[in-house]
Amino acid sequence: MKHINILIDNIRIAAREGQTVFDAALDNGIYIPGLCHHPDLKPMGMCRLCIVEIAGRGLTTSCTAMVEEEMSVITENEEINQIRRTTAQLITANHTGECFTCKQNDRCGLQKVASYLGIEHNGDKPMRQRKEELLVDDSNPFFTLDMNKCVLCGICVRTCDELQGDNAIDYVNRGPLTIISTFNNQPLFDSACKSCGECVARCPVGALTFKGFLNPSREVRTICTYCGVGCSFYLGIRGNSIVSVRGDRNGPANKGSLCVKGRFGNGFVNDPRRLTVPLIKKNGKFEESGWEEALDLIAGKFKINKNGLFACFSSAKCTNEENYVIQKFTRAVMGTNNIDHCARLCHAPSVSGLAQSLGSGAMTNSIDEISGARTIFAIGTNTTWAHPVLALQIKKAVLGGGTLIVANPKRIDLCSHAEIFLQHKPGTDVVLMMGMMRVIVDEGLQDNLFIDERTENLAPLIESLKDFNLDYVQLVTGVDKDNIIKAARLYASQKPSSILYAMGITQHSHGTDNVLATSNLALLTGNIGKLSTGVNPLRGQNNVQGACDMGALPNMYPGYQKVADETVRNKFQKAWNARLSNKPGLTHTEIVDAIDRGEVKALYQVGENPVMSEADSGHIMQALLKLDFFVVQDIFMTRTAQYADVILPASSFAEKSGTFTNTERRVQKVRQAIAPIGQSRADWEITCEMAKRMGAEGFDYNSTEEIMTEISLLTPIYGGITGEKIENQGIQWPCPDTDHPGTPFLHGEKFQTPSGRGKFMPLRYIPSSEPPSKEFPLILTTDRSLFHFHTSTMTGRITGLNLLDSEEFILINPADADILGIGDRELVRISTRRGSLEVRIKITDVCPPGIVSMTFHFENTHTNLLTSPALDPVAKIPETKVAAARIDKINR
Amino acid sequence: MHEKIDEIFRGFQSKEEELIPLLQRVQNVQGFISVPSMKRIAGFLRIPESKVFSVATFYAQFRFAPVGKTHVMLCRGTACHVKNAPKILEELENQLGIRSGETSGNREFSLETVACIGACSLAPCIVVNDEVKANLTPKMVKKMFRQNTPS
Repeated sequence: MKHINILIDNIRIAAREGQTVFDAALDNGIYIPGLCHHPDLKPMGMCRLCIVEIAGRGLTTSCTAMVEEEMSVITENEEINQIRRTTAQLITANHTGECFTCKQNDRCGLQKVASYLGIEHNGDKPMRQRKEELLVDDSNPFFTLDMNKCVLCGICVRTCDELQGDNAIDYVNRGPLTIISTFNNQPLFDSACKSCGECVARCPVGALTFKGFLNPSREVRTICTYCGVGCSFYLGIRGNSIVSVRGDRNGPANKGSLCVKGRFGNGFVNDPRRLTVPLIKKNGKFEESGWEEALDLIAGKFKINKNGLFACFSSAKCTNEENYVIQKFTRAVMGTNNIDHCARLCHAPSVSGLAQSLGSGAMTNSIDEISGARTIFAIGTNTTWAHPVLALQIKKAVLGGGTLIVANPKRIDLCSHAEIFLQHKPGTDVVLMMGMMRVIVDEGLQDNLFIDERTENLAPLIESLKDFNLDYVQLVTGVDKDNIIKAARLYASQKPSSILYAMGITQHSHGTDNVLATSNLALLTGNIGKLSTGVNPLRGQNNVQGACDMGALPNMYPGYQKVADETVRNKFQKAWNARLSNKPGLTHTEIVDAIDRGEVKALYQVGENPVMSEADSGHIMQALLKLDFFVVQDIFMTRTAQYADVILPASSFAEKSGTFTNTERRVQKVRQAIAPIGQSRADWEITCEMAKRMGAEGFDYNSTEEIMTEISLLTPIYGGITGEKIENQGIQWPCPDTDHPGTPFLHGEKFQTPSGRGKFMPLRYIPSSEPPSKEFPLILTTDRSLFHFHTSTMTGRITGLNLLDSEEFILINPADADILGIGDRELVRISTRRGSLEVRIKITDVCPPGIVSMTFHFENTHTNLLTSPALDPVAKIPETKVAAARIDKINR
Repeated sequence: MHEKIDEIFRGFQSKEEELIPLLQRVQNVQGFISVPSMKRIAGFLRIPESKVFSVATFYAQFRFAPVGKTHVMLCRGTACHVKNAPKILEELENQLGIRSGETSGNREFSLETVACIGACSLAPCIVVNDEVKANLTPKMVKKMFRQNTPS
């Protein structure tokens, strides 16, 4: 960084190149009054308080003046002072309310300015005040907008525009009646506002204030427990309760930003409905018990159900250390590889597909590289809803001149930022992407040098492209071929190009093929192994990446070391001092089948709710009844926990230490903020207690650091991870040794395949298993809401989130609603081959005709009773995205 | 209404700087700027709905409710002001039963104040459906609208 010498009040200061005078002064401890400047936003210069005198230029706003060599700045003289005082008086004239009772008291930018300039708010008032009382918008459950305290600095408007890209608010009216408001002055609740609270966090005065937050007595920096982005934040604590949340500006994944769930969704931690004591089912009813009794009972039952009789569902919500201990327990103590977790239901095809073609099934590039891409191809990801903070990077790329291509059966919010929207039919992703590749090859847009040097198996792919002429592609996908051509050309030539995808790609009976299509596309154009490119599966759970890394998978030890590999098995046998099974275990879906057949008798389930989340969940509900012994370890009583014989109360993320690995492979520190609620215990402590009771050795850890030390010894990709190394910014694996800086993007030199080359995979079109029929003429697809997470075990406890999204709706196109003769919000019956539910409809053109969409967030609308259990043959993931359905009007 | 808007769009190229001319065209054709038309304009120009609303509410020329059958504009320019325009406004509001900026419930009358209509020699004056009424007194206003006063 080049330094620029400037003089501020005749004192020599080294400023940074490209810095404003205002920021340079601030960096050097010199206060200049100002209200409208924010370091995250473009300079605006509208409050006029920060005027200074620059030699040769006269009076100017310091927040818009860039530093120049030998610039001389006077920050204060009589003239400046007089102008600032008048400006401040104008601003304060219309600012009403008592400071003492204002939530912003002590943090208020206006207080600071007024006190610096010596303005007395209610003292002499040379300025005429506005007579009208302005709007107070109290509609949002999480914050209040009080225009009577607003200074019109526009930081909120610019935050919503420049950073969030939501544009929910803007200036409305003119002159003294100017307010910050929404389109058509709707209440915020009904507007385009996404309730992220980013504007509130930046408001310098008391105009935008948080409703539920209190000033904390201490703050603890830790990692959010919702999605896989891994936002770093500060939990504000009083006593043993979370009273506030604020983004960590040094957080590598979020740079201070948070979404509505991360900021406002942590109330579940202190919710009175938390499980606080172990429960044992006696005569069909749960009775409270002590830890000793519960653990002894479990140890006794597990002893007689070892090996193939036992299975374990580990948890993508738990830490790496916990997943490591749980899989070690399953393998070393229970003698089986029957361990899996919810990754089976979300990104198993990414792991199996990308392992074949690239050698590693994780996001190839980093979150903050996304904004550097010139073309982004986002397919099967509703990013702004499921990964809101990562979506900010996409918006940033677009604002910076990049081009976004969205491919999705639904017109999702992200489309408003897209140059091209490919609205393909569900289940036709392979055809769409093969069509794009066909264009690339036909027009010679492929990267021949990259293909020669870095890849293999091109010929079979080219051969398989013959089946995909564009007329056929247009017919199958329903996408205009001109748009496919445009998208293909952009992706191939406007580099760097990055592919982002999520469940829309994976949750299909041909999910692995879909994933392989994305890697083919990247390999063909050389868009991989470089900055801001790659194939980027966006992981759903906070630690689903880590749970996979830690070997909570039936065929892998920690670090994707194969169970079937003799050398690897010997290494673990030696380290754990136990005989390990060489037989890969059953997958999540297979475990349920095995329970149903009576082969698996005992199930140990940590932090998961498969009764709500598993496709065709009628199947698992009746299977669970057949278990001899079922242990559930969770923070709340869930639908699944109802089936348990013993329920163990676990601690939430806020009550324990350890690490989470986010979607960009970054291992980050989770720090204990409060003491465990009730008698709950950290999951690793519970599992270790079980193991010890069963006479096992190697489970007497004193801390999570000790567990991580063992992990790093046995897991090459985590070889260099130490608590000290990940303290500030985390580390992205692979990190083989303590001197290694981590790996922001994969495959820079070579691929992790046996040959070291990226492998093209020929593909053919396999239609979804349930095409629409006469009896079931619609396609039911599933999606997520911005305001809830997964089965709402946590978000469902938050009153405000329940207000913002209160119940399940079937989204349906107006044309379909017309045919069926049903009106908006009408209760209808939706049926598939597996069951039926009564749900209200919401008429919207988000869904094209023929396609209806539901989430699975609501306990009283059990969507997964309807979804299809058809499995991908390789990854064993069910086809949650496509089920043939019918909707009937209810006549009463 | 959709066809009408589409027809208006035909003369434009979907560029951000066309926002104000578009708002003006829509108001010319429809008499006011409706919420659905603002949404359509936002979509057509690919700018946020809030931006369209922000710009439209900034300018006094744009109306967000249909005007009445009889639309009355009162001049509040300097000449009219010193010749008693505030009293004229008071009388108009009394007679029509609406405040400046409003439309009567039966859509018969609407009333707005404007900065100057450029007829200062005729002050104080009003414009009733494009026809200038000059040198007014409150009494004349009363006479003009008395029979129309809603009971």
